[in-house]
Amino acid sequence: MPPAVAAEKPRAQEMVLLGDEAVARAAIDAGVSAAYAYPGTPATEILEYVLRHSGRFGRPHAAWCANEKTAYEEALGVSMVGRRALVCMKHVGLNVAADPFINSAIVAIGGGLVVAVADDPSMHSSQNEQDSRFYADFARVMCLEPADQQQAYDMTREAFDISERFGIPVVVRLVTRLAHSRAVVRAAEARSENALAKPAARDSWVLLPSNARRLWKRLLEVQPQMRELSESSDHNRLDLRGKSGGAGVITAGIARTYFEESVSELDPRPSHLHVGTYPAPADKIRQLARHVRRILVLEDGYPFLERQLLGILAPALEIHGRMSGHLPAAGELDPDIVRRALSLPRSEGASLPHPRLPARPPQLCAGCPHGDSFAALAKALSGYEHALVTSDIGCYTLGALPPYSAIESCVCMGASIGMAKGAAEAGLFPVVAVIGDSTFLHSGVTPLMDVVAAGADVTVLILDNEVVAMTGAQPTLLPTGRFGAMAQALGVAPEHVHVIEAHPRRVDDMAAVLRREIEHHGPSVVVATRECIEAAKRRKAAAR
Amino acid sequence: MKCDVILAGVGGQGVLSLSTVIAAGALKQGLHVKQSEVHGMAQRGGAVVAHLRLADHPVASALIPRGTADLIVSVEPLEGLRYLEYLGPQGALLTSIEPMVNIPDYPELPTLLAALRTSSRVHLVDTGELARRAGSARAANMVMVGAAVHWLPVTPAILEAYIREAFARKGDTVVQANLRAFRLGMEVMECARS
Repeated sequence: MPPAVAAEKPRAQEMVLLGDEAVARAAIDAGVSAAYAYPGTPATEILEYVLRHSGRFGRPHAAWCANEKTAYEEALGVSMVGRRALVCMKHVGLNVAADPFINSAIVAIGGGLVVAVADDPSMHSSQNEQDSRFYADFARVMCLEPADQQQAYDMTREAFDISERFGIPVVVRLVTRLAHSRAVVRAAEARSENALAKPAARDSWVLLPSNARRLWKRLLEVQPQMRELSESSDHNRLDLRGKSGGAGVITAGIARTYFEESVSELDPRPSHLHVGTYPAPADKIRQLARHVRRILVLEDGYPFLERQLLGILAPALEIHGRMSGHLPAAGELDPDIVRRALSLPRSEGASLPHPRLPARPPQLCAGCPHGDSFAALAKALSGYEHALVTSDIGCYTLGALPPYSAIESCVCMGASIGMAKGAAEAGLFPVVAVIGDSTFLHSGVTPLMDVVAAGADVTVLILDNEVVAMTGAQPTLLPTGRFGAMAQALGVAPEHVHVIEAHPRRVDDMAAVLRREIEHHGPSVVVATRECIEAAKRRKAAAR
Repeated sequence: MKCDVILAGVGGQGVLSLSTVIAAGALKQGLHVKQSEVHGMAQRGGAVVAHLRLADHPVASALIPRGTADLIVSVEPLEGLRYLEYLGPQGALLTSIEPMVNIPDYPELPTLLAALRTSSRVHLVDTGELARRAGSARAANMVMVGAAVHWLPVTPAILEAYIREAFARKGDTVVQANLRAFRLGMEVMECARS
């Protein structure tokens, strides 16, 4: 096939980037001084891009942190001294960082502070599909929601300016399909970093009630300006079509790309408002509403705009969306779901008579050290009628599936230990908490403190594979080998702290140690260590 | 002109890099490209699918609507069947016959291949044999790129140039094996497309 268009040399400022990478690139070009994150799909690639950049050029400062809360607070410190900061996380990470996030909306932000949050509708790699737009609304700050990679770049650049203009953190909300798809992005001219500048007024950062009340009022006072910015923003485009009384569509963020995919087939073409910034442009929505008889709301995630449109009293016109049943209540949008909502026919696709296709769920790699730990745990627990194994978030969560069927819970980072304590205190025996090395550092240390303080009858099995495996083998924050000492420092008796290799030939040994510690009625910690097999492979390949 | 490609396989089989080779070629050719990938949990030995959209006009959605794909390229026969609902009326399915058996209920291979052979729009590629002939079992995915080239709006010369560039770091032996794999894949599908 001959080339369809003449080959053109991409301009120097054009790059092929993931949505995540477009956010990172924009932050670098916006003169960010530091970027912080905890790895989490689908947001991981933001900081990975900044890390590669700073590895080459020495700036900006970039680092993985213990968890999203510490990452946020470190970014906040950068902002406090006048420089720009980026903090990145997956949607559930914002739960962890919610405390500093909500409160940082009240202080007088200095250097631009941008919070890049990647939501995961359809839960490709997450335990829920919460929508971060609610968080931005809750904190009373602005949220920008790009529709494509170019907007991910442009809006992140803009978010830093808005942050400094209003003295607020600004959320950039991505979804998985934007975070993890690539397109050409045109970068704008880079800006230099801000100079160091301590806050002019000390009382604008000390949230004593008397200050907080004043600062909260200030935040409420700038709300109309935020709304005004949304009304006038080019990102929110209103396109009124035909005579009044027709159909209208509101798209938000990535939903616009699915709408654009099919819009040429619609006759007459509906009036259309795209929303990319929040608080939503209410006047533009009212203008659309005056022109049409019904509005279809296409937004990925929860029905955030749809709920606002519906309110409590019945609106004057029909609102179609996730709440009316015109779109599924759960899961991400895609071009087909949007076609159906637009009453366009669906293409059938091909079919062949074929045997039933078995599902192929993700699974632990062959030779994974977690497999050996699960084998040892199964042995150690054999014979107990009511054993409970709580667990956590990481590759080892796959231990819930056959052939292991080794764990019984996965709720949120670090929950395994606290839940084990609760179950033990409720009277269950034996209880084992299984948690990975990085998850332990993220949120497992504080509940272990509770276990020790209460002398709870819990055995904690820390799976130390030296990396954050599930998200792509980022280094665990502290070097391997510290967990035994940490457990002892927290007060676990030294004779009940064990470090043992997770290896097929040590399964019986580990089972015996676990059995002994299960039978010890008090806190105990067993650390199973062996490097992640995938990380080891990569390390060896890099050394070649 | 548009060419929508679904790329399928199992986590660890290099589906993303396969997608990247074609995307890079298309960009060099001056086409608009959108490429959707799967990262994270699904990559652990599970079914993996990537959407790759090439066009001479800007592409809106990163996801391909069902029933409109021009081509499915699968590096594994079972995974090739999984996304048939995406295939357009004129579309072709190109799949390797090398099974990746990492689940207990994997169908009998002859049954699977017999099902695939019932359609003239399905083209089977013996990637294992061709990659061995090329001199590297690891070049199986380049066999698939070569086989797919007949359906792609990208010239073989541009893809070959990219393969040279992408593997240069690994030395000339690896470059040559991958180029041979690419050409063998191209040859074997010559008749299918003409």
